[in-house]
Amino acid sequence: MAIDITKCVGCGDCVVACQTENNVPIGYSRDWIMEFVEGDFPNLNLHFETQRCNHCEDTPCVRTCPTGASHVIEGGIVKVTHNECIGCGACIEACPYDARYFHPDGYVDKCTFCDHRLEDGLDPACVSVCPTECMHFGDLDDPGSEVSKLLKERENYSIIPEAGTKPQIFYLK
Amino acid sequence: MEQLLATDRHIHGLYPHVDIWGFPISAYLFLGGLAAGILVFAAIYYLLGREKEMPFTVKIAPIFAFPIIMLGLFLLIFDLHHKLFVWQLFLAARPESPMSWGAWTLVIVSVFSLLWPLSFVDSIDDYLIKRGWSKMTKVTEAIIKFEHKWIIPHFIIMSFRKYRKFFAVVLLIYSIILGIYTGILLSAFNAHPLWNNPILGPLFLTSGVSTGSAFVMWLSDNHKERLLMSAIDMSLIAIELFFIVHMFMGMEAGAEVYKQAAHMFLGGEFTAVFWGVFVGLGLILPFTLEALELRGFHIPTALPALLILAGGLLFRILMVSAGQMSEYAMFP
Repeated sequence: MAIDITKCVGCGDCVVACQTENNVPIGYSRDWIMEFVEGDFPNLNLHFETQRCNHCEDTPCVRTCPTGASHVIEGGIVKVTHNECIGCGACIEACPYDARYFHPDGYVDKCTFCDHRLEDGLDPACVSVCPTECMHFGDLDDPGSEVSKLLKERENYSIIPEAGTKPQIFYLK
Repeated sequence: MEQLLATDRHIHGLYPHVDIWGFPISAYLFLGGLAAGILVFAAIYYLLGREKEMPFTVKIAPIFAFPIIMLGLFLLIFDLHHKLFVWQLFLAARPESPMSWGAWTLVIVSVFSLLWPLSFVDSIDDYLIKRGWSKMTKVTEAIIKFEHKWIIPHFIIMSFRKYRKFFAVVLLIYSIILGIYTGILLSAFNAHPLWNNPILGPLFLTSGVSTGSAFVMWLSDNHKERLLMSAIDMSLIAIELFFIVHMFMGMEAGAEVYKQAAHMFLGGEFTAVFWGVFVGLGLILPFTLEALELRGFHIPTALPALLILAGGLLFRILMVSAGQMSEYAMFP
């Protein structure tokens, strides 16, 4: 996924879309907005980042899961099998992005990149509702895909790469 | 850069920092280390052939290991959020996950910690009669009667007695793994720089064995045994202090996040309680009291022992709560 921070206005539509699409319980969210400011007054620069699970290539959450409930499906999406999860919290501790939470029913829940929508050829809910179209979803392994081209053309960064998890969400500057 | 707002992030236990492991986990790590310590001493002194000189260490103290492990296990399961699925732990063996091999280690150690005192049930019976606790001999006698009546328990306990040397080696190895595991469980989390250091495993093992020696020293009725445990405990405390200094030196020499983690204890909010209460009252004071005792001063053994046990628990509470506060920053 590639997210254009020059376009994001921090409206929170992606958050609401995700909560609705995935029946996320009230008070919880699988994605969220971070607001950053840099520079000295009066030369301030503000930007928003819509954040979620980075679906890392090197997954500490999957590694520490004692039952194998956390797993990576074909294509690189990190998922949790609810009835294999014991709710120990190891994956929550392992995630440098705090992208996982305890569902009120006990199991651990997180962003799935709306894989049920991907199967139907649709974009994830957050991507499809974005009013500024700042989010781009696609196959990073395919050099011809829109995201791969964007990442080649534009300067970008990922969050906390120093944790060594190889995050797969990139922010376009 | 400064972070101003985090919208829709106010999930309980996640924001402003992860806070999902509390007292039950700290207490479990403490109990696991304590049981490991008790069993390590029982196995070592049995293998050294000193069961007659040190009856409490080899035969009596391990009686407590099983209930201690069970209490720890209860706390652990109590802390799970999806409790009814706990059996899933035993459908998988995932060597990459410390929690997975820890769960299996716990099963093995708890079986051994139950069989070990059962195989000594005759000697325990004698011990209770000698101490004049005749009411408690009813339990041991019932166990002896049960064992003689039923063929399968009799067979299990007899074969344990027959191959006790072999089982002692296995028990020793698995107790050490249990002690180390309580530290490695935390050090496996890269997302929390305070935990993510290789010295944590040995440090937790040393601290666990030290609490084990304190436990034996506290409850033993044998003066020689108490003095020996006291001397062993002093060296363990010295090793522990060395590990602690070494841990912070390593962090100070590390990347920014590790420095920040160390600063929580070197000037930050945990400084006073860590150095004053844990290191001061939980390590150095009992060390001094033990040294005085070995020099012939009369000091109630319970005092240094209880200080060490309380210190061990406090150490784990501090590491668990501070570790969850130590995180990577989202901005440079």
